[in-house]
Amino acid sequence: MKTYEQINKRIESGKAVVMTADEIIDYVEKKGLEQAADQVDVVTTATFGPMCSSGCVLNFGHSKPKIRMTEAWIQDVLVYTGLAAVDVYLGATQLRHGDPANMYHPGEFRYGGGHVIEDLVAGKTLQLFALSYGTDCYPLREIRTYFTINDLNQAIMLNPRNCYQNYNVAVNDSDKTIYTYMGALEPNRKNANYCSAGQLSPLLNDPYYETIGIGTKVWLAGAHGHVYAEGTQHAGGDERTPEGIPKGGAGTLALTADMKQMLPEFVRGVSLRGYGVSLAIGVGIPIPILNVDVLKRTCVRDRDIVAPVVDYSNDYPQNTGKVIGYVSYEQLRSGEIEIEGRKIAVGSLSSYHKALKIANLLADEIRRGDFTLAGPIAALAKDTRSKPLVIREKAS
Amino acid sequence: MSRTITKKLMLFFPKCECEKPIIYHLVKDHNLIVNIYRAKVTPEEEGYLVLDVTGTPRDIEQAMAFVRTFDVSISDTGKGVIRDEVRCTHCGHCITHCPTGALHIGDEATREVLYNEADCIECLACIRVCPFDAFASAF
Repeated sequence: MKTYEQINKRIESGKAVVMTADEIIDYVEKKGLEQAADQVDVVTTATFGPMCSSGCVLNFGHSKPKIRMTEAWIQDVLVYTGLAAVDVYLGATQLRHGDPANMYHPGEFRYGGGHVIEDLVAGKTLQLFALSYGTDCYPLREIRTYFTINDLNQAIMLNPRNCYQNYNVAVNDSDKTIYTYMGALEPNRKNANYCSAGQLSPLLNDPYYETIGIGTKVWLAGAHGHVYAEGTQHAGGDERTPEGIPKGGAGTLALTADMKQMLPEFVRGVSLRGYGVSLAIGVGIPIPILNVDVLKRTCVRDRDIVAPVVDYSNDYPQNTGKVIGYVSYEQLRSGEIEIEGRKIAVGSLSSYHKALKIANLLADEIRRGDFTLAGPIAALAKDTRSKPLVIREKAS
Repeated sequence: MSRTITKKLMLFFPKCECEKPIIYHLVKDHNLIVNIYRAKVTPEEEGYLVLDVTGTPRDIEQAMAFVRTFDVSISDTGKGVIRDEVRCTHCGHCITHCPTGALHIGDEATREVLYNEADCIECLACIRVCPFDAFASAF
């Protein structure tokens, strides 16, 4: 048994024993749970993949004369201005003004909100164009200027949903190629795409949200941030395997951190042909080894985690809830799965390679004493489900 | 007869050489088996050609000497499909779309996506599907 205080003291003195969720598996196998729980202080988890529910709040500071922005665009990408005068929210999936979208199907979606966020973090010079109706206190009605992230007062990433605990494996049962947020899916189940770091993924290493909750300190693209709320569509009550691993999406996290501290390598605009734009972001979450049970859950292996295979040509869009079957991440990572007697080639949208790099970067930071832990101030719900949107004929 | 080899080449044609039947002479005069993957040879513009040539090393050498007389530059390293190593995140989305396995997972433990240019047939599928815009065509 250890406490957060004890672990942080060891981190601060540069003595903490830290391992990645990948390394801990073999270590525990060799040493046994009891001895390993004694020796290891922290296990680092990570993920890197497209997370559409991402965005950021920016504050531009005031021009002379002042403007109260009512419509604004950064690099021709619309930002939300329904906040104070020079505060805006830039969303990852916002298309650039004039993008033909899917008019000529499949659209390319080469640049949008996610790419603006990438360019901001990379320190590029961007164009702001904003309009206003003008008021006595904010007389300016139009502004066009150029800025970098360093010119902003605040650039705070505010992602309502990241780190899905588990996720669907997408296939296409129709007879034509479909273009989805899970990538291009060829007809008649010719390929399958998944999107999870599996045994390295944060919430799969803490399936009951014992150490990851509201207030938990996280590594968000290199910046030190935290979980500010449960993520949107959080469904801690989703069905689980006897070992406690959710068989569906289940838990999600709302994350925030200062973009000025982020590393460009881990903040990347995404173009999904025929679908739209998004943002891929790297997240690392350390798990304090408070006791044997916490350690045991970080030893989860790809072969123990199953993901639902879903048809994205009909069942997903029509919200039928049908699952074709379940496959393990071990099978997915082999590059081929077998469903109903047929072999299907597997691709991924989530980068295990980058996730592993993040888990190691975070482990190094903790070993150096540069990243101390903060546990949750409130727990994530374990019994909630995601509700559907009911289409009603009239207000009742 | 000496052993035949296959080499993958990219030829760059300056504006003035587009109307000469160079490939015909590779086959007819130099006994090469030619497999063209991709070509863009437009009158009044520069042209590119990516192809495999199969023949004896001596025939290939003589054929290339012939090609060079037309001011055509020959590259056996930089091919028509280029991966930007910084933009690639190694997600592996391209792998199922790559018909030859030129794009594949290297080490199972790190899951790095490797690109073996020699196996690339320039179908350009990776350019279309890469979410991170990591692939580009030289022409």
